[in-house]
Amino acid sequence: MSEKNQATGVIGWIDERLPILSFIKDHLTHYYAPKNFNFWYFFGSLAFLILFLQIFTGIFLAMHYKPDAKLAFDSVEFIMRDVNLGWLIRYMHSTGASAFFVVVYLHMFRALMYGSFKKPRELIWLFGVFIYLALMAEAFMGYLLPWGQMSYWGAQVIINLFTTIPFIGPELGVWIRGDFAISDPTLTRFFALHIVAVPMVILLLVILHLSALHTVGSNNPDGVEIKKHKDENGIPLDGVPFHPYYTVKDFVGIGVFLFLFALTVFFVPEMGGYFLEHANFIPANPLVTPEHIAPVWYFTPFYSILRAIPDPAYGALAMALSIVVLFFLPWIDKNPIKSIRYRSSLFKINLFVFVIGFLILGWLGVKAPTPLYSALALRFSEMYFIFFALLYFYSTSRSNFFSYLFTGILLSLITIYDITRITSENYLTVLIGLVLVSIFVIFMTITPLYTRLNTEKQVPDRVTG
Amino acid sequence: MSSDNPDNGRRKFLTGSLSLVGGTGAAATLWPFLSSMAPSAKAKAAGAPVKVDISNLKEGEKIDLIWRKKPIWVVKRTKDMLDSINTNETKHKDPMSDNTDQQPDFAKNKFRSLKPEILVLEGVCTHLGCNPAYKPGENKFFCACHGSNFDLAGKVANGSPAGANLKVPPYRFEDENTLIVGELPGSNETKKG
Repeated sequence: MSEKNQATGVIGWIDERLPILSFIKDHLTHYYAPKNFNFWYFFGSLAFLILFLQIFTGIFLAMHYKPDAKLAFDSVEFIMRDVNLGWLIRYMHSTGASAFFVVVYLHMFRALMYGSFKKPRELIWLFGVFIYLALMAEAFMGYLLPWGQMSYWGAQVIINLFTTIPFIGPELGVWIRGDFAISDPTLTRFFALHIVAVPMVILLLVILHLSALHTVGSNNPDGVEIKKHKDENGIPLDGVPFHPYYTVKDFVGIGVFLFLFALTVFFVPEMGGYFLEHANFIPANPLVTPEHIAPVWYFTPFYSILRAIPDPAYGALAMALSIVVLFFLPWIDKNPIKSIRYRSSLFKINLFVFVIGFLILGWLGVKAPTPLYSALALRFSEMYFIFFALLYFYSTSRSNFFSYLFTGILLSLITIYDITRITSENYLTVLIGLVLVSIFVIFMTITPLYTRLNTEKQVPDRVTG
Repeated sequence: MSSDNPDNGRRKFLTGSLSLVGGTGAAATLWPFLSSMAPSAKAKAAGAPVKVDISNLKEGEKIDLIWRKKPIWVVKRTKDMLDSINTNETKHKDPMSDNTDQQPDFAKNKFRSLKPEILVLEGVCTHLGCNPAYKPGENKFFCACHGSNFDLAGKVANGSPAGANLKVPPYRFEDENTLIVGELPGSNETKKG
């Protein structure tokens, strides 16, 4: 901070009054990021790009869209057919929504892999989860606006989740809708929230997310702190200035992303009904529910968890917990090793199984429930939570006593729930599921006592490669 | 990072060419957005020709149509009204309708119309866009906004703030009593025969 910017002339005049140059210096040209970023580090800047794209396309859609239950559907068709290149702008916006979630999920997975949520980056992670929550709200409210069948019935289902809250639920549902059913007031308030309130919240959270990031510095695939080793000028030995090194690198990522994005926008904007569902091309009809309603793909893993438990209140509670648990991640996984590179084989298996399970939950969420699918959804919902339990378990090396106690508690919880629901008709699926989950849990918690599967590697002092 | 002597010329060329390609792409991407703000296909379709039956139009009567969101007047001028129209240079700014922007070629005549008795005008004052009033008793149109006077051929009077004659829209007669505003005569020549 001691060295002053020596710019003169107009720029110097401005910088003395508004620290633009200093800002660029602190956050770009003299912001040192680890030199060993790999492609997983593209997704942060891509998310930023998509946020800009969504706001930009959204402004132009708002010029033609009409937030009125009588006019909304037709105004979207008007955009698609009559506005010059309106179809392009709308498909950019709808594809952007899905792309946003693709990029954000990969961004979150990166954080899980390299332990980017761990001390000292807990706040970055917390703001990130808040962004994710705001993004879900934003996507959900945006999906109501076309006022198609899926808009209507999707919103119907999600808003009814709130009515499962004890005591205040029913009144809360009416208050959210502004009516006794989803109707014009619901649409207009969702429009206001979608185009003004939530985007502002997201922008604010992004500023907080980035400020926190630039305060503590980026993590990296080795999970070592580059600030530990600095040269005589106080510059990290393993750091490179964000600009030009990572701006140039990110542009390559942006190029690849835009290629895939354009491919989707121009050739498969509906993505076979996953980005824009077929039933949403029919105007909302409060008297007819489509045969099969599923949320858009990015909500389906949580939707599966909701459906897995055959009780409205407990299902909603499980779904809420599945998101709330993300906030506590930095305090669940207390293992000092950040990067997957130096963690044990069992950690890798745990993460791998979690990702597969999450994808299966997502796939089950778009399917109509059958007894088999419901059984699978329940087991994979359990696996979702077991992932976090195991993360806690691997925080440190555990004693024999703790390992058996932990396994016992976990399996008892699952078994007790199974006992409450077993009948003469479903006992076979219940038992098979229980045995499989138990084998997995025992393998993950008891093998460390007898094998070297939970051995961790030595973390290097400096970044590799 | 392997070389201590980077080739700066090469770097500059790469930076410049990539900026050019990227900048062109970004500029091209702006096009759909700017284009979306221009009149939509629906707005253009609303500018389609308007057809009206004038068989019930009485002598001296004026009816208003809307074509391209603009008021269009159709007046059946009486003999008396036609007599009031002249091409006196001292009275009019453009007595001979020389300003070709203000009427199709077919209306560059004394009565500024296809048929002398039927007047078709855009009811938009050429000063600042108000809607002048029809004063059949005084044989004129009068714009109350800023006091412009026009005769019953839409010619602007000397001393008016307006600078040009009232505009004659393209129009044609499909048959004796059917007026089409928005299409020029000529496409129906064969039908006439």
